[in-house]
Parts: sequence; structure tokens; C-alpha cells
Amino acid sequence: MNATQLNIDKVLFEILESVSDPEIPVLSIVEMGVVRSASVKEGVVCVEITPTYSGCPAMDVIGDDIKSAFKAKGFDAKVDLILSPAWTTDWITEKGRTALEKYGIASPLDAIADKEALLGNKKLVKCPQCGSLNTKLISQFGSTACKAFFQCEACLEPFDYFKCLK
Amino acid sequence: MNTNLIQYLLGVADNSLILGQRLGELCGHGPSLETDIALTNISLDLLGQVRSYYQYVAQLQGGDATEDTIAFLRLEREYRNVLLVEQPNTDFGYAIARQFLFDVFHLALLEELKNSKDEKIAAIAQKSIKEVLYHTRFSSDWIRRLGDGTEESHLRIQTAINDLWIYTDELFHQTDADKAMVAEGIGADVSLLKSAYYQKVSAVLAEATLETPQIEYFQKGGKLGIHSEHMGYLLTELQYMQRTYPNMTW
Repeated sequence: MNATQLNIDKVLFEILESVSDPEIPVLSIVEMGVVRSASVKEGVVCVEITPTYSGCPAMDVIGDDIKSAFKAKGFDAKVDLILSPAWTTDWITEKGRTALEKYGIASPLDAIADKEALLGNKKLVKCPQCGSLNTKLISQFGSTACKAFFQCEACLEPFDYFKCLK
Repeated sequence: MNTNLIQYLLGVADNSLILGQRLGELCGHGPSLETDIALTNISLDLLGQVRSYYQYVAQLQGGDATEDTIAFLRLEREYRNVLLVEQPNTDFGYAIARQFLFDVFHLALLEELKNSKDEKIAAIAQKSIKEVLYHTRFSSDWIRRLGDGTEESHLRIQTAINDLWIYTDELFHQTDADKAMVAEGIGADVSLLKSAYYQKVSAVLAEATLETPQIEYFQKGGKLGIHSEHMGYLLTELQYMQRTYPNMTW
């Protein structure tokens, strides 16, 4: 999502874009779709963020990182956590998906393909290392709540797959 | 202060806290790395959901209440979780059976709560459903694998299901606070979820070549704060740091 879609002032947007997801440092919190709004009220920047998963331990860190990023530019910021509407992988931007793949994490498929892949019915998840579709599910849960664990049978590399969440 | 709403929220949230704690005990002790990570991931999801509920309760209670005081500083009788979730991790079969018997209920409950008139409850439910759907898929899968696996795994999972079955009926009991919240359109009438629950559970058990227990005697009490002998030990571990070093923070 870009600044216009989220209706965020360009100056604020650029600062938010400089804050990265602590679990996936190549990705900014904006590209992750975690930032829902930002505006200035009575001289304080108010930012609303939403968790990818309820238990995501990165949320507290993200809140602190946002505050210090704004502080560095001379703003006071307040961060609120909102739950509704619930985050979905559709909010990861195109740029974000490319960054994930480059980082070695397979980006989420659509809901139907995701189910087929996670039930082990079809080989649909592409290995981010060699591009082969000959991959298999190792575990429904991966290194973090948002990922499942796969292995490529062509290049034998294990990798994380970002689960589809709708 | 809306006492009924607070009691209702605790009834929903405490199940996830206590089950999350049980699953957390398995961290580093799962039968394989993958199942270890899966069970602790589920624990993390549950604890995340609990935080949202407790933050809401703290806001309703006001004063010095925080999510941490609610989680760590209550007495055993003040926890409203059902007996099922406090049952120990006897073996992997018990952990999976407990998870499965709870997940099927949890998912049905959240499907109702997402239509709650209370916006906060609806939002938490909407968020949690996506996670609990995944938990249900995981635990159902393992029920099938163990039931339809070796003679030993079949025996163990059937034993666990039989032993834990007596705690399932309590899922559908309602306290006075629950009834008051149902009347206001805030809570879900769990008594209506019962027959669909047993149908769903039996269907998965049948696929897993397991028997649905025919037991008429059930245990209850957790919802009223009367817990099984396991609860005190669980709380001792859960509350240890806050009791030993009051107000300590990271």
C-alpha cells in the first residue's frame, strides 16, 4: 500500500517506511501492511498498527521502533494497536513480496492454493532459492507464527513459506 | 463496573491462558522439533489472544489492574477456565487429544463471538478465528495420524481421548454471568453448540479409526473456580516470578 492508499502524509510515510519488521529486516512495516493509519493530532503523531498474528512478539518492538524513528526526526509519536479489521496477507505490498522472496522466504499464495499446499495435496510453493516447484511441507508451523516450514526437493534447501491469512 | 462482562471475558480468556501455559511446558520437550515448534506456536497464538482480552478486562476494572496482574496475581479459585485445559501433558497423545477437544469447541465459540454486540470482543474473535482454524487443522491431522498409525499410537491416543472425554461436557455449561451476557447479545450461548461439537469430534475420530467414548458421567467445576488437583501446580509455575519478585519487569 502506498501513501495515497493509506491516506498518510508523505513526510510521515517516509519515516514509517524506514522502520523495518524486526523478524524480517528486509521488509518495512509499511510493506508488511502493519501500519494502518498515521496522522498528526495536537502536535503528536498518532500511528495505528495491527498485528499479523495475535501473539506476534514483534509488536512491542515495532511500537518502540516507530517512536524512536519519529523522535529522531523531531516528532513525538503515540502508537495504538488495533485488531479490526484483522490483518491479511493481501496487505503485503508487491515490493514486500519481492523482498520476502529475495530474503529466502516464499511469499503467500492465494487462499485456495495455500490450503492445497499446506494439506500436502499439490506442489505449489516455489523454492525461493532455485525456483523449483518440487517442494514439500515439513511442518505446518515454522520459525514464527506467520510461517510454515518447507523443503525443496530439487536443491534440498529448507525454507520458510509465509502462510496465507485471509 | 460491569462485573458480568468481566467474568464472561475471564471465562473465555482463562481457557487460552491455561492451555497456552500447558503447551509452553512442552517447549524443548516435543517429540520432534517440528511438533515442538508447532505446539509452542499455538501457545503463542493463545497467549496473544489472552493479552487482548485481559487488556480489555484491565480497562474495565480500572485502577492498578493490568493484563499482568490479571494473569499472574489471582488465586486459584478466581480462574474461570474449564477443567479440560488444565489437564497435564501426560504424553504427546494427551497433549494432542486435549488440543483437539478444545480446538473444535474454541473455533465454534469464536464463530459466534465474532457477531458479538461488544465491538472489542467481535474484533478479538475475528482476529483469533484465523489462528484457531489452523490449530484445529493441526490437531485434527494428528488425531488421524496417531489413530490410523501404529498399534501403539492408536492405543495411546484412544486412551487419552477416553480419559479426557469426561471434561468435554463442561465446555457447554453456562454460569450466571454467561447467561446474562448471552441475554445482552454480547456472549455466545454455548449450550447451542453442543450437538454440532460432538458430531464434528466423532467424525474426525471415525476417520482416525478411533471409538467415540460412550461415557455418561462428566466432570465440572472449573468455570466456577473449582479446579482439579493439577491446577495448583500449574499456577505455581505460572506465577512464580511475580510472587517471588513482586512487580518485576523485563
